[in-house]
Amino acid sequence: MSRFLRPAARLAASTRAATSIKANAPSFSQAIARPVYFGGSSQSRSYAEGAGVKEYTVRDALNEALAEELEANPKVFILGEEVAQYNGAYKVTKGLLDRFGEKRVIDTPITEMGFAGLATGAALSGLHPVCEFMTFNFAMQAIDHVVNSAAKTLYMSGGIQPCNITFRGPNGFAAGVAAQHSQDYSAWYGSIPGLKVVSPWSAEDAKGLLKAAIRDPNPVVVLENELMYGQSFPMSEAAQKDDFVLPFGKAKVERAGKDLTIVTMSRCVGQSLVAAENLKKNYGVEAEVINLRSIKPLDLESIVQSIKKTHRLLVVESGYPAFGVGAEILALSMEYAFDYLDGPAQRVTGAEVPTPYAQKLEEMSFPNEQLIENFAAKMLRL
Amino acid sequence: MFSRAALRAPRALPLRTRAPAAFALAARSVTTDAASASLSQSVPKSDDEPFQVTLSDESFETYELDPPPYTIEVTKKELKQMYYEMVAIRQMEMAADRLYKEKKIRGFCHLSTGQEAVAVGIEHAITKEDDIITAYRCHGFAMMRGGSVRSIIGELLGRREGISYGKGGSMHMFAKNFYGGNGIVGAQVPVGAGLAFAHKYSGRKNASVILYGDGASNQGQVFEAFNMAKLWNLPALFGCENNKYGMGTSAARSSALTDYYKRGQYIPGLKVNGMDVLAVKAAVKYGKEWTAADKGPMVLEYVTYRYGGHSMSDPGTTYRTREEIQRMRSTNDAIAGLKQKILDWEVSTEEELKSIDKAARSHVAEEVAAAEAMSIPDAKAEILFEDIYVPGSEPQYIRGRTVDENHYFSK
Repeated sequence: MSRFLRPAARLAASTRAATSIKANAPSFSQAIARPVYFGGSSQSRSYAEGAGVKEYTVRDALNEALAEELEANPKVFILGEEVAQYNGAYKVTKGLLDRFGEKRVIDTPITEMGFAGLATGAALSGLHPVCEFMTFNFAMQAIDHVVNSAAKTLYMSGGIQPCNITFRGPNGFAAGVAAQHSQDYSAWYGSIPGLKVVSPWSAEDAKGLLKAAIRDPNPVVVLENELMYGQSFPMSEAAQKDDFVLPFGKAKVERAGKDLTIVTMSRCVGQSLVAAENLKKNYGVEAEVINLRSIKPLDLESIVQSIKKTHRLLVVESGYPAFGVGAEILALSMEYAFDYLDGPAQRVTGAEVPTPYAQKLEEMSFPNEQLIENFAAKMLRL
Repeated sequence: MFSRAALRAPRALPLRTRAPAAFALAARSVTTDAASASLSQSVPKSDDEPFQVTLSDESFETYELDPPPYTIEVTKKELKQMYYEMVAIRQMEMAADRLYKEKKIRGFCHLSTGQEAVAVGIEHAITKEDDIITAYRCHGFAMMRGGSVRSIIGELLGRREGISYGKGGSMHMFAKNFYGGNGIVGAQVPVGAGLAFAHKYSGRKNASVILYGDGASNQGQVFEAFNMAKLWNLPALFGCENNKYGMGTSAARSSALTDYYKRGQYIPGLKVNGMDVLAVKAAVKYGKEWTAADKGPMVLEYVTYRYGGHSMSDPGTTYRTREEIQRMRSTNDAIAGLKQKILDWEVSTEEELKSIDKAARSHVAEEVAAAEAMSIPDAKAEILFEDIYVPGSEPQYIRGRTVDENHYFSK
């Protein structure tokens, strides 16, 4: 791969465009330094520690976020398949029916296109629906409403018709559910103007991002991961409060390092952190792990700052490789960080294959800790 | 009555085998005669004094529903208002036709010439607090919802002062409680059910009028919306504007059941003469009372006809005969029909109607001139990138074609 990249990179560096990018750089960082909305500021940057920290599963964090927002605003309601009496296919909405009643926690028929369209209409009319997809794999039937009805209406109306809606549900790889239930849609939704897209990893991510999504006046897609629901994380005292929100477009440095930047998201954050620890143990190198949190907008500033320090970039994600989140970040690194890279930026992604059922084959289709460690070591010529 | 009919026949049976006696009376099809209403007394002197007119007994067909009253109360003022509005819509559409042929309007442009009675009749049956959502043939509805002719034509011309600031074009027009204007066939139907859902959720007694064509009526999501609307008893007045052709495919060539008002299956249906503005008003008024009484959704079918092609690029003559178009224009025209009634009932004189025609024509001409004089949006990033997100909630920047063209929101 590097064989193909290098000549092209030299060519790019010698053009005038490259100079103008550099000229543009200061205004870029100025712009990016501006305050963000729903800025929980400091609480978003520090890992939960100290007094009052409690263990939360991602599921509990999502549940608490929903309960708090339902409590705070009567315009908020949740609808989806099995969200009420069944307590949620993955129990994320457990107890919400009992607490808020059937007016606000609504079981829908199994008709994704219909209820996504209905939720969008309710949002256009001024309500703040949370539309749960049992998984985002099923949302392909409804993607027209997410993209055409929700994301584009504000612009098409010249700004007079907002759509405050949250689409949420598990996304990406699960375990043993084969091709139709394992796809990652980050790149799909991440490519649509008018949408905001987040992908939480930890319990704090899940709570802060979901609450911010519900409060944001734009359509937001919250891509959770089924395998994360049961995992426990420490939750800081600040994050346990009902005013805790995380800003969009802000990544979190989960582990500081000086030798390699690993940019990742969702479940791959955990895998990358394990790989980073092993890289230290086995090779003595310090990898910086950046949890993107937000796919759209993307925190380019944090990525570029990290590259300036480490001069190496590896993106780890579980989606299909072609035209993916990794591909996008690599392209951005060419545009904004080429001069700081000491080698070609690389990516670890899902394999370009409809996910197989058999376990050993499935394992070959997605990133894991060992693969990330080995590939990073190879990249660093260790 | 719906409940009784439902008791008589098990719901799982196909419609055709069900209780034939119940439908024997409804077997005739509705008239598309635009001048079929009649008057039993003489009209009052005053413009504002209500009087009753009787609709043709071929104005409606019903499905598991008692028909609406065949009498409707109107005033002279309202009749003249309806006439003015239909003429104004037609004049506006004709202006759009001309501007398109002059290559001043870009892209798609779908005209509703011939279908004016639907937009006007509906608006006269509802309040501004009720919703309308429709498909891409939306100019007339946008006007009836309060959009000025200049803002609509301005939008078609891609002007900065267009109804959607030049960002939406022909298919995407919005106003208060008017939700478009949707370019994806059928997508407005579940969205419209969501508008009705919001009324119910918020405890309002308003209705949502949801329009779609005979082509869209076969979309799966239409039936998904029917299901939820009935299940949750939503105040949704679904309505198929049956103009006989989905693009160039006739109803019979696209639909296994062309009785679109029966398509709700478990939802009562009402087919109405969509060329008679009074019948449309009576039907929608009845529908609104139905939803206000918490009886849930209704599926209407407005039997109408489009004189022009599907869009400006379609001459509209390969899939239907010129004779058919000519026959509808000359014998069933909504505007001519109402005009005849107004004259017959001595609501107004030929002269006064001529002056209304003239007023509508000159108003549209002035508005079109004003629209043509509007400035086009400046080709600058502040305008290109505005309103992708709600102001104040934008990301820090949005990407342009190259990194140099990235737009940073300055606050």
